[in-house]
Amino acid sequence: MTRYGVILFHTTSSVLRAEKRLIKEGFAIKLVPTPRQFSSDCGIALRFDWNDHERITLMLGKGKVEFDAIRFLDANPV
Amino acid sequence: MIYLDQAATSWPKPPEVLKAMTDVLESAGGNPGRSGHRLSIAAARIIYDTREEISRFFGVSDPLRVIFTGNATHAINLALKGILKPGDHVITSSMEHNAVMRPLRSLEKQGIRLSIAPCASNGTLNAKDIGRMIASDTRFVVMAHASNVVGTLLPVAEVAAVVHQAGALLLVDAAQTAGIIPIDMTAMGIDLLAFTGHKELQGPPGIGGLVIADHIDIAQIDPLICGGTGSRSESEEQPDDLPDKFESGTANLVGIAGLGAGLRWLKERGIEEIRAHLKTLSRALIDGLSAFPEVKIYGTLDPARSIAVVSFTVAGRHVSEIGFRLDEEYGVLSRVGLHCAPAAHKTIGSFPEGTVRLAPGVFTTTEDIRQAIRAIGRVIRS
Repeated sequence: MTRYGVILFHTTSSVLRAEKRLIKEGFAIKLVPTPRQFSSDCGIALRFDWNDHERITLMLGKGKVEFDAIRFLDANPV
Repeated sequence: MIYLDQAATSWPKPPEVLKAMTDVLESAGGNPGRSGHRLSIAAARIIYDTREEISRFFGVSDPLRVIFTGNATHAINLALKGILKPGDHVITSSMEHNAVMRPLRSLEKQGIRLSIAPCASNGTLNAKDIGRMIASDTRFVVMAHASNVVGTLLPVAEVAAVVHQAGALLLVDAAQTAGIIPIDMTAMGIDLLAFTGHKELQGPPGIGGLVIADHIDIAQIDPLICGGTGSRSESEEQPDDLPDKFESGTANLVGIAGLGAGLRWLKERGIEEIRAHLKTLSRALIDGLSAFPEVKIYGTLDPARSIAVVSFTVAGRHVSEIGFRLDEEYGVLSRVGLHCAPAAHKTIGSFPEGTVRLAPGVFTTTEDIRQAIRAIGRVIRS
């Protein structure tokens, strides 16, 4: 079973900005509702294959893509 | 019917704009940035993509620095009221629309100091006159890119150089020029740009925006309106994130979709080509009107130094009568009066009567102009 992580953001606009950049870099990501255990926001987050988490963290940092946090989805993957 | 009131709002709109507006309600009708379901995400994508197109269009690298507002007036109010504090000094030109003048006069009562740089009677502004007015407390220079009354282009890049030397900010009202004159905020030195969607950007009314240059610290701008943004919902304080800080309340999704389609249409058509077409129409209008000795034309009379907005009066006749008869008898639609710009009319010498304003657009033909001139001739000779 694929293990997932999520990237959390403060605004929908930053999620969409990051989504475009990550897709351009070839990452398999999906927009999902923000898991409630991580945020009280009603918005959306980016789900990704946890195997990519180091490369994604590196890429987000290098590309100066603003985000709130990266979390491992250990149960109830969305 | 010959519609020569494009400076008030462009008409007709490209069919692609109308289609984008109905499509979005059919296929992406969720509330953007609120819920996480597909309709909400589809709506958010349309808004983000339009934001991105606008940022590219105006030469700004970060799409999140495009703040959607209801119109240019709202954007100008956000910039001025969000930044200025009592004691600050502001300079503007004597050709401004009330979208700039009224918020400034209102702020003046709250303790800002206002200086108005005089323009020549053809609407031109010398950047040195702005330079002479700059003081140590000058925070802002705010000016139109082109006059909505006579079409005269103001020297934005030259003023930007003077303003930045003094450490002040330049806010440009591009309501009349966005879509017909290329605007690169970075190259021209514009710090804040107010635009409206419903004029030459070919979008619908009710959508506009403020574009904030990449180097401007947004901490210095207070929001005009606070409220729900769909972000940081745990907090009762307004968030600092862009663009949410300035965009409380549900967005005008339909307007934004129409604006996006308008921008794409413009790109396909080519701004340079549109500008060349409008120059030809403007030349034809000026030449046609010049043949009537009783007509006085205002402005530079030079299409290269103006946008296609031509104002005139007829000796011994009221502008309201000319405008009414052009509409009633010949189906030529103009706008008469003061055009929400009393300062500009005082500058060009047409206050308080005003002028008849003719503003052709991208869909206007040279034959339209020929017919309009013929109609004007008949109205003033009878």
